[in-house]
Amino acid sequence: MLENTNVKTLREVVVRFSGDSGDGMQLAGNIFSNVSAGEGNQISTFPDYPAEIRAPQGSLSGVSGFQVHIGAGVHTPGDEADVLIAMNPAALKTNLRFLKKGGIIICDSDTFRDADLKKALYATEDPIAELGIDPAQVMLVPMTTLLKETLKDSGMDPKSMMKCKNMLALGIVCWLFDRDVDAVLRKLEAKFAKKPAVYEANAKVIRAGWDYGHNTHASMPTYRIETESSRPGIYTDVNGNTATAWGLILASEKSGCPLFLGSYPITPATDILHELAKRKDLGVKACQMEDEIAGICSAIGASFTGALAVTSTSGPGLALKSEALGLAVIAELPLVAIDVQRGGPSTGLPTKTEQTDLMQALYGRNGESPICVLAASTPTDCFTMAFEAARIALEHMTPVILLTDAFIANGSSAWRVPEAGDYPEIHPNYLKSETLAQGWKPYQRDMETLVRYWALPGTEGAQHRVGGLEKDFKTSVISTDGANHEKMVKTRSEKVARIARNIPPLTVQGNAASDTILVGWGGTYGHLLTASDDLNSHGTPVALAHFRYINPLPSNALDVLRKYDNIIVAELNTGMFADYLQSKLPGKVIRRINKIEGQPFLVHEITEGVKNILTGNK
Amino acid sequence: MESNQIFKPQDFKNELSVRWCPGCGDHAILNVLHKAMAEIGVPPHETVVVSGIGCSSRLPYYMNTYGMHTIHGRAAAIATGVKIANPDLTVWQISGDGDGLAIGGNHFIHAVRRNIDLNMLLFNNKIYGLTKGQYSPTSDRGTVSKSSPYGTTEDPFIPAELCFGARGTFFARGIDVALDTTKEVLIAAARHKGASVVEILQNCVIFNNGIHSSLTEKTRRFNHTIHLRHGEKMLFGDNMEKGLVQDGFGLKAVTVGEDGYTMDDVLVHDAHTPSNFLHQQLAMMDGDTLPLAIGVIRDVNAPTYETDVMQQVAEVKAKKNYASLRDMIMKTKETWEVK
Repeated sequence: MLENTNVKTLREVVVRFSGDSGDGMQLAGNIFSNVSAGEGNQISTFPDYPAEIRAPQGSLSGVSGFQVHIGAGVHTPGDEADVLIAMNPAALKTNLRFLKKGGIIICDSDTFRDADLKKALYATEDPIAELGIDPAQVMLVPMTTLLKETLKDSGMDPKSMMKCKNMLALGIVCWLFDRDVDAVLRKLEAKFAKKPAVYEANAKVIRAGWDYGHNTHASMPTYRIETESSRPGIYTDVNGNTATAWGLILASEKSGCPLFLGSYPITPATDILHELAKRKDLGVKACQMEDEIAGICSAIGASFTGALAVTSTSGPGLALKSEALGLAVIAELPLVAIDVQRGGPSTGLPTKTEQTDLMQALYGRNGESPICVLAASTPTDCFTMAFEAARIALEHMTPVILLTDAFIANGSSAWRVPEAGDYPEIHPNYLKSETLAQGWKPYQRDMETLVRYWALPGTEGAQHRVGGLEKDFKTSVISTDGANHEKMVKTRSEKVARIARNIPPLTVQGNAASDTILVGWGGTYGHLLTASDDLNSHGTPVALAHFRYINPLPSNALDVLRKYDNIIVAELNTGMFADYLQSKLPGKVIRRINKIEGQPFLVHEITEGVKNILTGNK
Repeated sequence: MESNQIFKPQDFKNELSVRWCPGCGDHAILNVLHKAMAEIGVPPHETVVVSGIGCSSRLPYYMNTYGMHTIHGRAAAIATGVKIANPDLTVWQISGDGDGLAIGGNHFIHAVRRNIDLNMLLFNNKIYGLTKGQYSPTSDRGTVSKSSPYGTTEDPFIPAELCFGARGTFFARGIDVALDTTKEVLIAAARHKGASVVEILQNCVIFNNGIHSSLTEKTRRFNHTIHLRHGEKMLFGDNMEKGLVQDGFGLKAVTVGEDGYTMDDVLVHDAHTPSNFLHQQLAMMDGDTLPLAIGVIRDVNAPTYETDVMQQVAEVKAKKNYASLRDMIMKTKETWEVK
């Protein structure tokens, strides 16, 4: 890659920034990806933090990374990096495994000193040789020296100077990928609007990095990255948790129901609480309760009064909420429960991603307790599916569980800020005065949808009691009658089933005419789509069906799947969705690709998995 | 909101037949609650009664108000959500000693700590009734029950002590058979802004019959209990001849006119003083050497959670003045336009 002196064009590129937790790698990566998005690239980013809050500086455990994928056809943060920026020897050592064979390494040669090498547990003084890296791949930059030289007249102390080192690396990367320095500086100016001196110093350093690349490595090629035309509009960069919070806020605007969040901090869901707590400025009541149970219970109380009531958590928290979810099922109150899935069981792998809460979401309650289950497919889809979860909860008087996961919750991509007509109005099934006048009962239903009417406290004459005890279908008073109970169980189940009439049908992507369909759900969409594209362009035709509505399934889903000879479900668990589909498609053989490593799929794992299954078939 | 309309107890009562055991203390409390609500003057449709699980938690079904009969231990958390979401509603939370202080202990202390404006009624019969007779967290040490056939080996909670430990601003005590006192404390609880804890000593006629009778029987009540009223002398006894006086760091019961004690020595009750030191001493009197205190023991003003939440939301909303989610994003996030 380091040969010709020209500008090459690449369809897409993956850049991984790595350094000490304090090195500002996330900021550098964010600016790079946002500038790229502004230039028309698609972007997908993923942060990789150490589990420790403050690991020792320069140590292997203290390294944090930020991976940015830009270009055209970008659906994931990328399996492997084309370029690795390593700010110290520890970062080089821990991140080398993420670098594509033959990829470029940019590192700070000033850190190849005794102390830093020791902290990173090197045996020799030459980390490049010790790690078996081809020197031709490496761009050794004396970053610290350059930094001190650039800022020598700034009057800054050495510690403050070092804080600008990330911008030197950013300058070099911007040169390498032909980014507009002025655009970078505009982002930076906005970031440091209140600290002009800090902005000046960082701007100087970015230019120094750019100039360094340009002058010192004039013989190296630089790259132009393909753009892909996107729908016109205003865009911003958003991660899945923030998108989830915003989707709920839009649903509150579209329904007129004030938004209430009852929550308790838990990794990796806490950012939803953080964002909604900030959004008191939009009227959101976000309450940190004393535990997970109080989180959902306060939401149920709020729901009774007419709020769009939400609780956010991860798997262990959802387990604690199960009894209260059952209350929302039998009391038939609208409620959104968000589960940002992480590795389990128990505390498991709290910062890693998995899709292992599917069975818990579908069945993890006592009694016959059907719940609508949705799953978001990408960071930005978290917005749409949070909106959908709220819409379904409010229009169908039911709890809805929205499954996201650590991967899409923390990952970001460019997102088009919705305009006025992009999302529908939400119409809760409120009790109307004519129904009240006709002798309304609290569990009386719209017989088309089986949805009961929502009567809000404060309404004169509509006083009623709901609760966890079974009620009589007709009179709505407590009933222990067996036949009535069976009728109510079936009614609640049918009510959830009829949500299928109010959700979009399943669409098939890829080569729909193939006899093989690759099936996924939730946060693996980017990887499955990329794998499907790869397979179809390399001689293995496959269709792709990705599920975001899990219970009920879209009404055409089973008919669509039945058409294919080979159904292959790829998921980050031991086969929960495959089992779920198998129970609904008894005659079909459902094949599986599974991974339970706390990490997202790599695209090649899926493509190889599909090929292995298909060759095994033949 | 209290209204000018005049209400009758039957306005708060519904047509369902009450299913508690004959003789259960809950019947009397329910009737008193209907009466108290009529006097408080908040209309039934602006009143929400939330309960957990247990005998006492059936109460919302016998009210003509909005009601939620929920899950074991969680009434305080659910009632909290009701009140935050709509602070205009008057919210009552009904729990027994098992529901409120065992499985629901965490929610109890946190609702009290937050000082959210709930009227939290704790029906204390010192036993689990609905599960048929196991000891509860308020059962005395040594209580013999189905789950403690040789007597319990643990000390009980004193609800008032727990309430003060959680920095409670209101604590009152009533007795199921003392109807006027109970009505008086229920009204005071409703008028107090913040978490109002009312412990009502209640008799379980089946599993713990007579547990409070040494205090509650008419022949003994006036010598073993003292009815505290703010601003009044702490007097008790058949003829109000006894009083409470300061004794070092503690309290002492004396007979006025004996041993040199005069009426001037008898303490005057101050329910509104911010320090809970004396309130706690009064609440801890157990009816043995010192009379059990009934009435409003503590009633102190402090900021309430739901009001502060509402105020904070109003302030930041006014300050930022965003028209919508989109407006907030456009004004605060880094954006770019694709044409």
